[in-house]
Amino acid sequence: MLANKRMLALGTGAVAVAMTVTACSSGAVQSGSGSTGAAGGAVTLKVATVNNGQMKDMEKLKTEYESANPGVTVNFQVMEEGDLRAAVTADVASGAGQYDIVTIGAYETPQWGANGWLVDLTPELQSDASYDVNDLLPPVRDVNTFDNKLFAVPFYGESSILMYNKEVLDKAGVTISQTPTWQEVAAAAKKVNTADMAGICMRGKPGWGDLFAPLTTVVQTFGGNWYDSSWKATVNTPEWKEAVTFYKTMLDESGEKDPVSYSFNECLTALKEGKAAMWADASVAASMLEAADSPVKGKMGYAHMPVDKTKESGWLWSWNLAIPTSTKQKDAAVKFVKWATSKEYIKLVGTKIGWSNVPPGSRTSTYELPEYKDAAKAYAPITLDVMSSVNPKQPGVNPQPWVGIQYVSIPEFQDVGNQCAQLVADYLANRGTIDDALGKCQTIAQTAGDKHKK
Amino acid sequence: MNSRNDTTSSTRSTRSARGALTTLVTWILVLIFFFPVFWMVLNGFKPESLASSVDPTFIFKPVTEGYQLAMDRGMAGYLQNSLTAAVIATIISVTLAIPAAYALSIRRVKNVENSLSFFISTRFMPLAAIVLPLFMIFKTIGLLDNIYMLGIVYGAMNLPVTVWMMRSFFLEVPYEIIEAARVDGAGMFREIVRIVLPLVLPGVAAAALISFIFAWNEYFLALLLTSSAARTTPPFLGSFVDGRGQFLAVLSAAATIAALPVILAGWAAQKQLVRGLSMGAIK
Repeated sequence: MLANKRMLALGTGAVAVAMTVTACSSGAVQSGSGSTGAAGGAVTLKVATVNNGQMKDMEKLKTEYESANPGVTVNFQVMEEGDLRAAVTADVASGAGQYDIVTIGAYETPQWGANGWLVDLTPELQSDASYDVNDLLPPVRDVNTFDNKLFAVPFYGESSILMYNKEVLDKAGVTISQTPTWQEVAAAAKKVNTADMAGICMRGKPGWGDLFAPLTTVVQTFGGNWYDSSWKATVNTPEWKEAVTFYKTMLDESGEKDPVSYSFNECLTALKEGKAAMWADASVAASMLEAADSPVKGKMGYAHMPVDKTKESGWLWSWNLAIPTSTKQKDAAVKFVKWATSKEYIKLVGTKIGWSNVPPGSRTSTYELPEYKDAAKAYAPITLDVMSSVNPKQPGVNPQPWVGIQYVSIPEFQDVGNQCAQLVADYLANRGTIDDALGKCQTIAQTAGDKHKK
Repeated sequence: MNSRNDTTSSTRSTRSARGALTTLVTWILVLIFFFPVFWMVLNGFKPESLASSVDPTFIFKPVTEGYQLAMDRGMAGYLQNSLTAAVIATIISVTLAIPAAYALSIRRVKNVENSLSFFISTRFMPLAAIVLPLFMIFKTIGLLDNIYMLGIVYGAMNLPVTVWMMRSFFLEVPYEIIEAARVDGAGMFREIVRIVLPLVLPGVAAAALISFIFAWNEYFLALLLTSSAARTTPPFLGSFVDGRGQFLAVLSAAATIAALPVILAGWAAQKQLVRGLSMGAIK
């Protein structure tokens, strides 16, 4: 036994030394596809991306680009959303130049563009007729534009929609209109709610991108917003109180148990496993509910995000490719970005990976492709309809001094949103009161708003 | 007589009941601590839909899809980087900690207590406060995304803990042995290498393993100071977290692979570790 342990220790040590010795000059990770990637190309593009299905498909298809462009190697570094924000912000803000292409959200684009951190892509894209920049969905173009300059191009876009299990609702004799109101949805949820199945699943997990993504749209359609047009915080208002109370009452009466531990993935699982009948969330969820291995495939119905005082209430989010000004390979980076966001790339994904895997919400022409229309017939029309209808310049009842729906495009918003989400989550979990939550959140939001008053 | 027998037998049964209770509590604690590891290993062999299911499943047809996916994404390269950084960190911290601990215990320097407080005070500052200065320094000298530099940083970070651990082991060495060695004419170097180190070897092994584990598991600095070539396993594991899709099976599989080297190293050095970790406690 002791001899075995010694042998094992010796073996482990030998492997450790061998692996250490064989490590290359600055590290062993050569590319996203393993440690054997090519390192001798004339140009090596480093791409920082977020971990989602569409980005991982791009990583798989990069070989197509590399073979069409000899001498170019594309190295992907896939990261979790929070990690991506931390790593890319440090790199781009300091001009370290570790990445040639970065994936950023619609929240970052106008701020980073204003800071002079990103290359203005407008001239390159407009001068290339084959790229057809006008084919990019207008609202998505708007959120990525600052000072009439397009600083990032959408690779993937989404809005929010209402998804419901038709079988369950039919059994209960409940119908949902294509443009429902929140009151209609709350009543339907109450009718289909049972001990085994929640009437509706909604996000409650604290976080600016979790709870506050759907809740901000609810607040906006109830007439509230984070700030008025002169950056005065408007959180402690009757509109906010009505919206947040409505959200909690709906969850208490017919939502999932313990909503503060639910976000996108938890609700997706609940819908798939028949533990919830309805769900209002990102439109991309529809493709997962309609996937071949989904138990609810073909049983789902889709409608616009419910409203109260506004005509639309869907959010708008896009993951975009941008080029930091610190890159030393701007031309090669622009060429790759154009390829990855082109009409041809969308067709390439369709033919090589599958039509239901095509990146949605970036180009109008995607929704005209017969193969995609067929593969995504259950949800493509409504996604295009909602994404074309939402207004990121004024999603609520009153004008706002920023472009964006479920977030405020100021650097402080992540912190404001996270702190307020914690307060509201406490209220949802009966650990605090609505007045206390909104009162404290008003102060937090005002401190941030004061920095932007002119 | 009978009454004495009764008392002895009652004491024995009380002791045996206490022993059984202690064993039971120990087992419960072991199970509580071990369950998350067991669950991670189990989830690694589940299909994604089952791993994310609301209802926990214990019996299922195992699949290796998660392991395949993790390896297909080039996990070997990240493991190699982690190993390089951890080995460098361990060599640095142990090599420097031995003379430092010797000077703080056996051949005491003046104001030793102040030095000790200084050593440990370097760990007081949160990592978030030092990461940006480090980032800017490495950017300026062009050593961002360099695995050797990351190993050196980890070595420096682990040094205070290693010094403290080793000092407590060195204090256990009977002074008579050192005196005898000196009388026999042993110099300082010979004293450390031939007399002190063989006596505290289990302690050195424990400190080395702790240093290795700290470096192997470090996340925050690896995320910010590396971008591609030098990225290590912890941020790679984080990259499986997907805000728009299920990921628990593949993450569990990757985490199981990442935990294996540390478990193997700990198992191989088990005997030394137990002796080493209990050394400093015996006064």
